[in-house]
Amino acid sequence: MKILITNGKAFINDQFVQKDILIEDKKILKVADVIEDAADRIIDAEGKVVLPGFIDLHAHLRDPGQIHKEDIVTGTAAAAKGGFTTICAMPNTSPVVDNIATVEYIQRKATDLGKCKVKVIGAMTKGSEGVEISEYAIMKEGGIVAVSDDGGCVQNAKLTQNCMKYAYNFDLPVIVHAEDYKLAGSGLVNAGKISSQLGLGGIPGLAEEIIISRDIMLAESIGVRLHIAHISTAKGIELVRKAKSDGIAITTEVTPHHLTMNEDAVYGFDTNTKVKPPLRHEKDRQACIAALIDGTIDYIATDHAPHSDYEKEREYNIAPFGINGFETAFASLNTILIKNNKIDLNTIVKAMSEKPAQFLGLNTGKITEGYLADLNIIDLDADIEFTRETMLSKSINTPYINQTLKGKVEYTICEGRITWEAE
Amino acid sequence: MQNEFNFVNRNMFDLDDYSAEEILQILESAKAMKEINSRSYKKIPTLRGKTVCTLFFENSTRTLISFELAAHRLSADVVSFSANTSSLSKGESLQDTVLTLDAMGIDAYIIRHSYPGSPQMVHKYTGKPVLNGGDGRHAHPTQALLDIYSIWEKRGSLQGMKVTIVGDIAHSRVVRSNLIGMKKLGAEVTVCAPRTLMPGKMEEIYGCKVEYDLKTALTDADAVMGLRMQLERQKDGLFPSLEEYTKYYSLSKNTLKWAKPDALVMHPGPMNRGIEILPEIADSKQSVILDQVTNGVAVRMALLFLILGGQA
Repeated sequence: MKILITNGKAFINDQFVQKDILIEDKKILKVADVIEDAADRIIDAEGKVVLPGFIDLHAHLRDPGQIHKEDIVTGTAAAAKGGFTTICAMPNTSPVVDNIATVEYIQRKATDLGKCKVKVIGAMTKGSEGVEISEYAIMKEGGIVAVSDDGGCVQNAKLTQNCMKYAYNFDLPVIVHAEDYKLAGSGLVNAGKISSQLGLGGIPGLAEEIIISRDIMLAESIGVRLHIAHISTAKGIELVRKAKSDGIAITTEVTPHHLTMNEDAVYGFDTNTKVKPPLRHEKDRQACIAALIDGTIDYIATDHAPHSDYEKEREYNIAPFGINGFETAFASLNTILIKNNKIDLNTIVKAMSEKPAQFLGLNTGKITEGYLADLNIIDLDADIEFTRETMLSKSINTPYINQTLKGKVEYTICEGRITWEAE
Repeated sequence: MQNEFNFVNRNMFDLDDYSAEEILQILESAKAMKEINSRSYKKIPTLRGKTVCTLFFENSTRTLISFELAAHRLSADVVSFSANTSSLSKGESLQDTVLTLDAMGIDAYIIRHSYPGSPQMVHKYTGKPVLNGGDGRHAHPTQALLDIYSIWEKRGSLQGMKVTIVGDIAHSRVVRSNLIGMKKLGAEVTVCAPRTLMPGKMEEIYGCKVEYDLKTALTDADAVMGLRMQLERQKDGLFPSLEEYTKYYSLSKNTLKWAKPDALVMHPGPMNRGIEILPEIADSKQSVILDQVTNGVAVRMALLFLILGGQA
């Protein structure tokens, strides 16, 4: 199968250039000014950008065990619609991904039925209960790319240290959802103005920053690769910036919602704004933007966390934490940041493709001959509306529901296969 | 009684949706209602044929009875639903409960719930006016209105009045609504608590004064209000003992000396006598604590009347 993409502005070597791209089977065969080879399918990308397929280091596919929220088929279809070609599945399913059988189940189902590639992250502790180390080495043979107890956080510093040593032993990065449970308490929203005013429990930035600080010190003494998930505060970013300048092997990611919204979104009690870490103060959002630009924040990751309507349609205290992210990720960044000249398109694209590809050590994330043909084609000015009817995810728990944003993914191609094609 | 402002079918989630003029209009209406309550025949037919539903997901005695009396005295029919909050996460959702009740034909809802934002949900599902009878730590606007009424009745205005609220500010819905309402009417409000019971950014949000020392807080106050101190806060590690709390933060004969000699003594109830307020003060001539309860019925009558579009 050969696909020829013509007339598009392709993102190559950090710039947008008019190039034709020829794909054969799974790979990018040729990139040139004009390609006149025969192809089975010719896509005219006139007026559109051709980008490396997005890679999401942080997603919840809810499969196995919570398939009323999402499953691997709907989750990967939603991801493909959002321009993603590779996503990493967090292990807090039911059962937890702390064993080789569940790793293999996810990978097989994704390979057979999925619309994008799925990499599995294994649980840091058995059952993510924060008591015993899970079988990293056996799970790595099955394909896991990192370990994490995301959704929760190992509170015990000694056990965290042991997990880091053991992960280092088998060359696996440790991904930390930084949250001190006692400081976070029964908090629901950012501690400060919004919690005081609405009478909702507050989650202070300190709950995140103290764990980041602890884990930087532990990781430094061990040498393990530490990755801070969904960073959200200015002080947390400062800690990572300092650690990077000290030469510590640390990376971090930020979500589209922490880049595009602040705590004011909670007024009105929309439970689609209930998320961990909570939407923070505007100065924290600005710090996230600045850190993404200066490279302190390496990646944009969605933390796609689908929940069904009947779970979210509850009182703010009862509704689960999490925002649905695959389909709105690029459009929200494009509309709120890129179109308003807060961040340039290049920075966003690299943080969603080339850089996470490096984290995973994959032969993708760039439009280069010989690389895997993982691409998307986006019309940056076209409207995209998010409704129950248009969304492919099983759930619609996004603050952007029933809104129209700009930046429509027209095609997604994953290893030479068209996995999404807009009507 | 003229309905100069348009209150019809509005919600009362909190006082921030109402202007100072509108709040004063509610107080004027409440004054007329209070007169009705002083008659031997305490009932007017203005809301005949209207049905009000109370939804109480949290235990309450005074607020529920006060609202029920208010509705009865305006000749509305009242139906009551109550449930235990602890069973909420397992039981029927608020949405289903409310949709079921609404299908029976309700004109307005009064809700008390331990979770903030619940009144907004009831309105979203029904489109009917909703009166917030207290939602978690968030808001309790009718309590604030009766507190404001009690000062207004005695002093004629809140403009320039120094009001000091002392106690567990962090867990109080009463204080938040009072801050909004009293500030709108020109009062200077000071909140006082130890730092463990004081939420962040209060000055920034409400334009109030924040004090941690009782003497500073009470000095020259025109009205002082104590808030209920709950023993479980001790287990949460927020204060060491009721003895120490009482010694440093209770309203007593000694501490009230710092306020103006005729300062009004207030409490939203239920009181912990001997803890946040001593009986010598609660039962003194300066106390308007029982007036607050009396005024509560009148204020709630006024709101129901205005919102349900009653005819005088």
